[in-house]
Amino acid sequence: MNLLRVKHLEKSFGGVSAISNLSFDLPKGIVFSVIGPNGAGKTTLFNMLCGFYTPDQGSIIFKKENAEQNKEVIYHSLHNMATHQIAACGISRSFQNLQIFFNMTALENVMVGCHLQSSSRFLPSLLRLPSVIKEEQRVKQQALNALAFCHLDHLANEMADSLAYGDLKRLEIARALASKPKLLMLDEPAAGLNDTETQQMSHLIRKICDSGVTVLLVEHNMELVMTSSDQILVLNFGHLLAQGTPDEIQNNPVVVKAYLGEDI
Amino acid sequence: MKRLSGFYLLSLVALILPQIFPDNYYLTVVGVFATLHIILAVGLNLLMGYCGQISLGHAAFFGLGAYSSAILTTRYQLDPWLAMISGMVLVFIIANLIARPILKLKGHYLAMATLGFGIIVHIIFVQTEALSGGPDGLGDIPTLSIAGWAVDSDIRWYYVTTISALGTILLSLNLIASRSGRAIRAVHGSEFAAQMMGINSNKTKVMVFVFAAVLASFAGSLFAYQQNFVSPDSFSFFFSIELVTMVVLGGMASTYGAVFGAILLTFLPELLIVFEDYEMLVYGAILMLVMIFMPQGLFISLGHQLTQLKKNYWPNKKPAGDQQ
Amino acid sequence: MSDYILQFLISGITVGSIYALVGLGFTIIYNASDVVNFAQGEFVMIGAMSAVSFSIAGIPLIIAIIMAMMVTVLVGFALNQFAIKPAKGASVVTTIIITIGASIFLRGAALLIWGKDFYSLPAFSGEQPIHIAGATILPQNLWVMGISVLLVSAVLWFFKYTLLGKAILACSCNHTAAQMVGINVGKMMLLSYGLSAMLGALAGVLIVPITFSSYDAGIMLGLKGFSAAILGGIGNPIGAIVGGLLLGILESLGAGFISSGYKDAIAFAIILFVLFVRPSGLLGHEHQERV
Repeated sequence: MNLLRVKHLEKSFGGVSAISNLSFDLPKGIVFSVIGPNGAGKTTLFNMLCGFYTPDQGSIIFKKENAEQNKEVIYHSLHNMATHQIAACGISRSFQNLQIFFNMTALENVMVGCHLQSSSRFLPSLLRLPSVIKEEQRVKQQALNALAFCHLDHLANEMADSLAYGDLKRLEIARALASKPKLLMLDEPAAGLNDTETQQMSHLIRKICDSGVTVLLVEHNMELVMTSSDQILVLNFGHLLAQGTPDEIQNNPVVVKAYLGEDI
Repeated sequence: MKRLSGFYLLSLVALILPQIFPDNYYLTVVGVFATLHIILAVGLNLLMGYCGQISLGHAAFFGLGAYSSAILTTRYQLDPWLAMISGMVLVFIIANLIARPILKLKGHYLAMATLGFGIIVHIIFVQTEALSGGPDGLGDIPTLSIAGWAVDSDIRWYYVTTISALGTILLSLNLIASRSGRAIRAVHGSEFAAQMMGINSNKTKVMVFVFAAVLASFAGSLFAYQQNFVSPDSFSFFFSIELVTMVVLGGMASTYGAVFGAILLTFLPELLIVFEDYEMLVYGAILMLVMIFMPQGLFISLGHQLTQLKKNYWPNKKPAGDQQ
Repeated sequence: MSDYILQFLISGITVGSIYALVGLGFTIIYNASDVVNFAQGEFVMIGAMSAVSFSIAGIPLIIAIIMAMMVTVLVGFALNQFAIKPAKGASVVTTIIITIGASIFLRGAALLIWGKDFYSLPAFSGEQPIHIAGATILPQNLWVMGISVLLVSAVLWFFKYTLLGKAILACSCNHTAAQMVGINVGKMMLLSYGLSAMLGALAGVLIVPITFSSYDAGIMLGLKGFSAAILGGIGNPIGAIVGGLLLGILESLGAGFISSGYKDAIAFAIILFVLFVRPSGLLGHEHQERV
């Protein structure tokens, strides 16, 4: 069952093509990695998937919740949706350059992640009606669970700007998980981490996938990609170069050439 | 109820003080201005401090509220309460209309647009003489009465504005510790990440802007009834700047900071009167010095100092989060 | 009708030249230090007032003007040294309040020195009006326009062709990188504030024979200069000049054809409209965020 289908996607910036004619299906429940040399278009792809860029052409469709119940698969077209609407469809992400709310505590960061899981509105919040208080408690518990899932519960009440880099990387993931996404996109989660932290990140990614969340991963650390991915897609200059299991990709001569140059 | 302990303390002090000093000029006259400024600054702080959207035209909404009350009560003999509500509805509509295009702007461009809006509204107050009374202002505005209890003395006004200000503080504290409040702060922290968490950032900004504007309108109506007179001078560009200064001087993104800033900047000119001709010079110097040496604002910087002192005196206390 | 238009254009361009100079001053400081200097208008006021004082004291006009420029440049240096530099790293709003504090401080000082009176200079070359196509031009209008063109050209040339100008621009792009290639960032900042103050002072000296000056004359000029810089697209010197001229002309036409009471409202309404259509000003370019 495919969760996400990308068809004939095109994007160029000022005449320079960043993604050209890219099509792929993302099956549900796996860790799916996108790799490629710098400038291959990985982050551009991410930014289109979450609505930060609008594709020039092509379609991105995302499966609706419980769509198969009436035996008919219904898809959202993500085209022209605003980022917050895409998030409401069940997509969340972490960022290559940290986008932490540094003006909040770790717990509050994750509580923002619960935004879609809660519904208190502006006026009742001003008056702090009993319904708001009740929801606050639920949201707090939910956020604490997400923090614990990412081994950050001991830092819950620290200000985000006092956290270490590795913790911030996981905090972004905890925040994204708190929105209970169906698809979690991780943009270089291991960049800047040391070996131990990378190991932990690998375990965390596996754990997220096991909990039923499909993971779309962009990462430069090949060891991490090869050990945690179920499927890999290779991009080169905006084109799809290859797709397959880690074993297939590792033994694909075209991929090896693209990464290491002609002479190998 | 630890969350509101500061609020209870503040309320207690604000309501007990007039029992001790019932005829004190600083309390019942300057104090009324301070409390009105608190309403304005707490509202503006939601927009500037928490949501990160600067506004150099906030005085316009204060003025719109005041003039709505003034015009509707004197020229159309409307009940003061109805006039106040009409003003708030008017401001709600105007703020909604301008918020969308204005809040798409960022940084200095947003500052420019809000500044321009404030100046335009001020000019309209001056120019629409038939309605507003022009530069000379509009007098004979009736006072408020609450179920037959006319608010017609300094001390009565003190209670009315103080309770209004306390109410505003409570609303602000509630809001910030809620889902909407977190959305507001998230938009400040990282707009894109906020959107990715499902927050409609444009709508959030508009909501805060409109709320702050309606609060300002409310304060404006109170001001008109308390003064019985309004003139354009009270709602100029300078007052907008003064409001921003209250928020920044007190400490951005802190409700109590805004309260502190409002009280301080209301009393400062009263205290500086002793400097006579040097008043403006000293005022400017204080503003610069505070911002240079306490860029986060007085309330927050002093708060840090206190925590530091506390740590020095009770060094045994294990800092939170320090564990292995 | 067309006579009027020409007349309004002349006065619009005259005032607009002054706005352009103030706007250019904003741009220079903004580029060097990311600070929007709300005390820019006070440079204009100090330049005008001290030129008047020196002139009254019997100093020949040209020397009085040079001395006034020097005084203002010193004020600019002082602003950088004592207010901006110690607050390095403060947020945008904090620096805005600092410069507002500085402007109040300078106004307070001017009030002590000059009181609340209005001052003026004699026109540089007489009051004999010149008639062109049914419109009248005062010689001072020509002085304002001519010297503004010279100044603007000199500033643009300075940033484009001199090493020093390029060094200042490098600081505006990236302080650390500029430091790495051996540019003395502190000195460049000082220089920018001095240059900006000098432009302000000259704007003041040029306009004071037409409009008079008083201790609080800088407020409105500062606001208009800021508006000019934003209208053109902040950080872009050409934008500031275009914005300034446009603002001056709009005001003058608005005052002439619609209502003098609403002239500022008309100008600001048009600025708002421009920003709604082009959120980065006329010549500014949109900054693409990276995530």
